[in-house]
Amino acid sequence: MTAAADLRADAEALAAPLPPLLADAQHLAHSVMLGAHGRRRAGAGDEFWQYRPAMPGDEARTIDWRRSGRSDAHFVQEKEWQAAQSVLLWVDGARSMGFASDKALPEKGARARLLAMAIAVLLIRGGERVGLSGLGLPPRSGPVQLLRLAAALAADGDAPEYGAPESRGMLARSRALFVSDFLGDPAPVVEALTKAADRGIKGAILQVLDPQEEAFPFDGRTIFESIGGSLRHETLKAGDLRARYLDRLAARKAMLRDLARATGWQYHCHHTADGAAPALLWLFGALEHDH
Amino acid sequence: MFTLAGIGFTAPWLLLGLVALPILWLLLRAVPPAPVRRRFPGIALLLGLTDDDHQSDKTPWWLLLLRTLAVAAVIVGFAGPVLNPDNRLPGSGPMLVLVDGTWADARDWPRRIDRITAALDEAGRDGRTVALISLTDLPGGDLPFQSADSWAARLPGLTPRPWVASDGGVTGFTDRLSGSFETLWLSDGVAHPWREGLLTALEQRGPVTVFESPRPIFAMKPVTYDEGALSLTALRAAPGPEQAVEVTGHGRDPSGVERELARATVSFDAGAVQAALALSLPPELRNRITRFQIEGARSAAAVTLTDDALKRREVALISGRDDRESLQLLSPTHYLEQALQPTADLISGSLEDVLLANPDVIVLADVATVTGTEEQAIVDWIDAGGLLLRFAGPRLAASDISRDVEDALMPVRLRAGGRSVGGAMSWGEPKALRAFAEGSPFFGLEVPAEVTVSAQIMAQPDPNLADRVIAALTDGTPLVTRKRIGQGQVVLFHVTANAEWSTLPLSGLFVQMLERLAVSTRPAAPSAGDLAGTTWAPDQVLDAFGRVGDAGNLPGVAGEDLAAAVPSAATPPGLYAGEDRRIALNVTGAEAALSAAVWPARIAVEGLEHRRETPFKGALLALALMLLALDVLASLLLAGRLTGAGTTKRATRGAAAVLALALMLPGDGQAQSPDASPPDDDFAIQATSEVVLAHVITGDKQVDEVAQAGLVGLSDTLFQRTSIEPAAPIAVNLETDELSFFPFLYWPITPDQPQPSQEAYGRLNTYLRGGGMILFDTRDADIGGFGSGSVNGRKLQQLARPLDVPPLEPIPADHVLTRTFYLLQDFPGRHTSRDVWVEAAPADAQTVEGMPFRNLNDNVTPVVIGGNDWAAAWAVDSGGNRMFPVGRGYAGERQREIALRFGVNLMMHVLTGNYKSDQVHVPALLDRLGQ
Repeated sequence: MTAAADLRADAEALAAPLPPLLADAQHLAHSVMLGAHGRRRAGAGDEFWQYRPAMPGDEARTIDWRRSGRSDAHFVQEKEWQAAQSVLLWVDGARSMGFASDKALPEKGARARLLAMAIAVLLIRGGERVGLSGLGLPPRSGPVQLLRLAAALAADGDAPEYGAPESRGMLARSRALFVSDFLGDPAPVVEALTKAADRGIKGAILQVLDPQEEAFPFDGRTIFESIGGSLRHETLKAGDLRARYLDRLAARKAMLRDLARATGWQYHCHHTADGAAPALLWLFGALEHDH
Repeated sequence: MFTLAGIGFTAPWLLLGLVALPILWLLLRAVPPAPVRRRFPGIALLLGLTDDDHQSDKTPWWLLLLRTLAVAAVIVGFAGPVLNPDNRLPGSGPMLVLVDGTWADARDWPRRIDRITAALDEAGRDGRTVALISLTDLPGGDLPFQSADSWAARLPGLTPRPWVASDGGVTGFTDRLSGSFETLWLSDGVAHPWREGLLTALEQRGPVTVFESPRPIFAMKPVTYDEGALSLTALRAAPGPEQAVEVTGHGRDPSGVERELARATVSFDAGAVQAALALSLPPELRNRITRFQIEGARSAAAVTLTDDALKRREVALISGRDDRESLQLLSPTHYLEQALQPTADLISGSLEDVLLANPDVIVLADVATVTGTEEQAIVDWIDAGGLLLRFAGPRLAASDISRDVEDALMPVRLRAGGRSVGGAMSWGEPKALRAFAEGSPFFGLEVPAEVTVSAQIMAQPDPNLADRVIAALTDGTPLVTRKRIGQGQVVLFHVTANAEWSTLPLSGLFVQMLERLAVSTRPAAPSAGDLAGTTWAPDQVLDAFGRVGDAGNLPGVAGEDLAAAVPSAATPPGLYAGEDRRIALNVTGAEAALSAAVWPARIAVEGLEHRRETPFKGALLALALMLLALDVLASLLLAGRLTGAGTTKRATRGAAAVLALALMLPGDGQAQSPDASPPDDDFAIQATSEVVLAHVITGDKQVDEVAQAGLVGLSDTLFQRTSIEPAAPIAVNLETDELSFFPFLYWPITPDQPQPSQEAYGRLNTYLRGGGMILFDTRDADIGGFGSGSVNGRKLQQLARPLDVPPLEPIPADHVLTRTFYLLQDFPGRHTSRDVWVEAAPADAQTVEGMPFRNLNDNVTPVVIGGNDWAAAWAVDSGGNRMFPVGRGYAGERQREIALRFGVNLMMHVLTGNYKSDQVHVPALLDRLGQ
């Protein structure tokens, strides 16, 4: 559980500077649960709920100038939160994610879990319901769900060499986030995304790559092995393979981007050498707005 | 030994390994470099990609060549290649091993012993008889040819001697040679006069081989004392490139531990065989040094013992009359000072102060009585080894001291009054000196006929008087008496120390007597006459290696012999102790020269540079290691581990770099000495090309500007009215600028100016002692009189405390400052206080013949202190207008004029010294001359 607690703490720290995130409620009616209207608290909605003093982090356009004009302070008009969105996360736990080319860099899997957890923190703070795809952890709201999420993400078991997205148990019209390196067989990814798009699910796919995977800085006679050791490829001149490898990687990225465009999802590639915060910001934008 | 092209191999069979090199080439070529295993998630994208080129698995030819060369170097290296292999043929017949056995052998004695051992071994193998002879320890009779084994057993007894074989001894040895034999001569490398003759004699008997060590030979001449500095001279036998040798001085520290006390570097110029250095040491340190030696030169010649010649005795001169204004030649201590100045450190002061300094000698010239406490202190000091030297004089003659009872500080009882002979009012001729008796410390000194005594004090005839007289007049009356107290003594000269009573102080005998009494220091080289009649016992002796040892019970040497002695068995080099002094006999004399031995071309000289075996094994193995290190780098490069990122790569790359660096041959790691900053010549030229007034920078901008403007105004005035034509004034930073260029410093006082550093105070004191003048201006005479505790006054006290300021007095009405150019009564600036202080006149200065001036000594007063803000009164702006108003109306202008006149007088006083004060006496002088 300490791993889960650490993950939770890191994610909270990463999410702390951002304002509460509310998923776009475009298809509110479809995913709304019975009796969920009028939650008696501030949130996205059409009904006036209350004025509150503006705080750092509030956008300028949210300030109610008419109310503010009557006093010295700025006020924000809050609406009553009327419904919650369900967001399903899939984080690749395959062996290939357990790779880091340098001691200073985090493993891809660690970065993926951190980002997923951080976005979960933001979503839960915004009152959304977050769960894991598959049947393990259905979407729920509340801080306790964060604990469950952290525990589920930190749990490691016997993993395959490359992961495939889990599209079971996804609520129609909900949102989804797939985080993986997407280096394995692309067919399951295509299938999962197509299926999700059919059910009206929109979301984002985040590809997490190690800088070495991006650069292929190898030379000389080399035997490449997968992280699990099941795959093996020997070459006499690794340097000669570089161009062709990079071509294939670019093709894979293009395929993912095209797939995302076709299904109305969003695609982003993140490198572990970069900071986590920009990726989180991208996720924030991808899950907040309707595209 | 197998020899190939001049290179021998100790294990030639190993060279067969070279045949295996082509096989190695093929093997290496067949094996591709080992693959690297990498975990890489992107492998999924690699699957199915095939290599374009299957050739790269072969090791490249240059790497193969590198490895083959490395292996070849190892094989050749272990085969033991040797340049100039030693292929000596066995000899036959008797062999003479001849050793010079001098101090020069000591520098590499173990190597010589090794060489002798090798020669003995070889002779033993060849069954030859051997004679081993040391020229400094020649046996009588025929050459003792014996078996090599018996000599080998006696070899440890062979030691070099700290001297050189004498001409006569070698000639005798040459005459005794007979039979035919081969000679191995282990030369010490120094040219000796007997070298050639001996070589000729030996060559008549058989072939001669000479062994000489290339190690340089150094010697050190006796250290002399010359004008405050020790003069060190080092010699080397062979002229060569520039070379620096370290010379160290050793002696006992105050706790009695022998240690290094001084160190200096003596540099030989290229081609020079002699290098000199003047080493200046504090007297306390200099007196402690017992020997100098050249560091690293292990020989007696590189050690020079210092005797009393370097020890400067501290002599305290105390005279009864302390009248500095009286004539120099009548001073009681004048002749003593003249006699002792070159050879001793003189101390002056009161008796209590002098006793604290614990001098070697205290001279009381015509001092009759001392106080009780002083007497006890002096007795204690004599008891501990001090020498109290007293001179008679009118006061002593007139006093009752030692009249009835012998005074503790007098060697004899005295009769009242003394006597006078040969004067205008007395009968008889002045008395001459009697020749010095045996047992007297003066024994052996020549008595000049012209020394006469016209007055003396007389000793009471006591039973022990005869023992105490060490010099007497021709009529038997004592001239010098002596009494021993504890370890010290009291010596009384029955005449004055000046020429009033006798001509003794005018003669050279006086100096010699002082030397014999160990009052003054012995001259560097004692002559036979100086040492006549004395006996000197060896105290410490040097061995050939330069070690100082106890002399044991060696017999004493007569002084005449010692003066002419060269080091030999009879007079080994070392320290010889006499009654009060010690004389050093050094291996290298003052006149010694050192030159390398020259051998005719027909003689084979064995040594380092000739036929020395040079093994290449180490170099080859190092080469192999370097090649292998290169191979490591090249292999890493080929395997792709030297480029790109990754922790393991970085580590291997670091390791490879370290390996390569470690194998680099060590370079010449001399640090470059930073260039000394060039002296500030511009400042010096600006300050010295013309007379320049200067002021001290206080840090207060306004005060500094006023001071500058004031000096500009004063400079203008001087330029207009006098022959002093100063250049523009200079602001002086006490911390950085050289002060000695300025005759005059104006120093305004501000309450918050920084205290100068210790170094700055040192320079200021030097400046004041060297004739500089500082005008301190507290600028506050309007609000408080001088010394009344104003802020500036207190600051001045604080600033001036570390300065060497003499006693001061308010400027007297007849001070020379009142009339060096203008006649002045007071010295106003912007303020009109009369509190201006200058150096006090000495207490005993007299007004001369009613003239208003005192007969001051030469010095210009080093400081003038006041608070009248003179700079403000002098100050002019850039347009030449006065910057500050002074007083009111005409009276104010008058005050400013007087202020300027004070400035003119001050500068005249500074620049003319005592000339102006002397001018005052011109009428009186002319009057005296009868004009």
